[in-house]
Amino acid sequence: MNLISFKLEKRTPPPWWFRILMPIMAVIISLAISSIFLLILRKNPFTAFYYLFYGGLGTKFAFLEMLVKATPLILTGIAVSVAFLAKYWNIGAEGQLYAGALLATWVGIQNFNLSPVFYVLLVIVAGFVGGGVWSFIPAYLKAKFKVDDVVTTLLMNYIMIYFVSAILTGPWRNPVSMWPESVNIAENARLIQLVPRSRVHIGFLIAVAVVFVVYFIVKKTKLGFEIRATGSNPKAANFLGINTLKTIIIASVLSGGIAGLAGVSEVAGVHYHLIHNLSPGYGYSGIVIAMLGGLNPFGVLFAALYFSVIITGAQMMSRSVGIPPYIADVIQGITLIVMLAMLLLFEYKISIRRGK
Amino acid sequence: MNNFFTTSFLVGFFASTIRMATPLILATLGEAFSERSGILNLGIEGIMIFGALAGFVTTYFTHSLWLGVFAATFSGFLFGLLMAFLTVTLGLNQHVSGLGITIFASGLAYYVYRAIIGSPTIPPTITAFDTLKIPGLWKIPFLGPILFDQYALTYVAVILVIVSGYIFFKTSFGLSLRSVGENPEAADAVGVDVYKMRYIALMVGGSLMGMSGAFFTLAQFNMFIFDIVAGRGWVAIALVIFANWIPSRVFWGALLFGGVDALGLRLQGTAINIPFQYFLMMPYILTIVVLIFTARNASYPSALLKPYRRE
Repeated sequence: MNLISFKLEKRTPPPWWFRILMPIMAVIISLAISSIFLLILRKNPFTAFYYLFYGGLGTKFAFLEMLVKATPLILTGIAVSVAFLAKYWNIGAEGQLYAGALLATWVGIQNFNLSPVFYVLLVIVAGFVGGGVWSFIPAYLKAKFKVDDVVTTLLMNYIMIYFVSAILTGPWRNPVSMWPESVNIAENARLIQLVPRSRVHIGFLIAVAVVFVVYFIVKKTKLGFEIRATGSNPKAANFLGINTLKTIIIASVLSGGIAGLAGVSEVAGVHYHLIHNLSPGYGYSGIVIAMLGGLNPFGVLFAALYFSVIITGAQMMSRSVGIPPYIADVIQGITLIVMLAMLLLFEYKISIRRGK
Repeated sequence: MNNFFTTSFLVGFFASTIRMATPLILATLGEAFSERSGILNLGIEGIMIFGALAGFVTTYFTHSLWLGVFAATFSGFLFGLLMAFLTVTLGLNQHVSGLGITIFASGLAYYVYRAIIGSPTIPPTITAFDTLKIPGLWKIPFLGPILFDQYALTYVAVILVIVSGYIFFKTSFGLSLRSVGENPEAADAVGVDVYKMRYIALMVGGSLMGMSGAFFTLAQFNMFIFDIVAGRGWVAIALVIFANWIPSRVFWGALLFGGVDALGLRLQGTAINIPFQYFLMMPYILTIVVLIFTARNASYPSALLKPYRRE
């Protein structure tokens, strides 16, 4: 075990291009590691990755479909990064997405006689409130009773998903089709299409706007400073007079609210009704995206687009080369670990020595 | 409702409580080993899912249940080793490392299942463990069928509770293990190899988590279905806090949760008109409620989450 030893020395902050180079290197290294699992199935990794990227970018249809999937991924990635900046471990974006979708659907199926602009705004606010409230609970429990945030945010995912399922097989069951899905939301409550005859909707632009807004909040406002201070050194933050518990609660509500917007995007932009498998794990992918994006909103934007390519392309790769689409999850897990290891290079200079 | 609480109902309920508690006991003991050494292992959920798969696939091809249990345990051992490399050798953030392992291991489990089994309309099955009646004892009225008519893995889990308690508190190995989780600098000063202890703890812990996964596919069910573990790993993370990292309390805590699971299963089958999803929710709600009452007094290992770097 001691044949090789590492020595870590704190290094001076590396140049700015290092920040950009690092995630790119993480992506390349993790694809290289993932190709082991393709080689085991005797598949040529280059062919496989060709179809992976072709299926996510290669055609107009693929590209537009990639943007559809990128919309919730940008939002969950931003949601997770806001919480992680405060070192609040919100692993509950999945449940908050469903909570947002639930409340947005409830508002959407009321068939209010409102102009589309107001009705859509109302649906968006409902989604934010749904996710925010669901995220407030674990943050409050942490502040008040010191209940571990990781455990509660994770368990609340399961509670919310079962709750949605109970609602859909119970009071909200579609009375016509009898499927466990809600009726469609009002036409004037839907997010309009951005490109005719595609599923891309205006939610994509809203998600990009959220990137800018959160960038502004994090970098330019007092709240943003408080969130970053709480995350990097809570003791020093307290010393500066920052109420760290309050900051964590605000960050959690903001985080959950944004995750709720991902639910709005899926209900009001894609399906037009609530279904129990609304998200194939967008909330968990948000963790990977937040880390790959270095918790920076613009980094998150690019990381979300990258993983959207992977997730969209995995279907095409599966059909063309016969590789199970779950390779997308394998790549996500490996990328998260590799990126985390790369951050070590950011903080430390590593010298490897043989022998003890 | 009059004969709801008949003897046969109670025997069935208590026996099922112990059955449902088994994977929780194994997984929580695994987490206790990891955390006692100072490492939070959030890879637990993924390690259990991969263990469930490794156990199933091995038994499917070899028709040997015990070889399946071994494969599951060994897969957990390997993931424990990976977690140790990331958090001990490299000293990376334990939350993110663990979540990375969970995403990786669960994705890999589904990937391997699809690659080997494909996606048939009827999932293939194996002949699962039958209960093991302890000769003589299982005939004791009432208690016999509850305690001595269980799966072999359940007896193994109970024995491991006792063994773990002994290791933690009665051996010098256990003393070293706890000392690296409480104060690694001091442990290092008296000659304990902090890195080695944490590696061992994570590998033992991972093995237990892998074995726990095998219970789902080889005993409780006889097939691998997606989401088979359904957050039991996260319940174990809460349970270890509730149990204050003490194996005997892990046992009682797991029984409590097993009881809620078993009660839900039984009430689903009755005429009570509540959607089944509310019963499925119960263990998670109970976990949070229990944490509200116990979190304040939990005595976390002092060095938990802190990487140790020898100067």
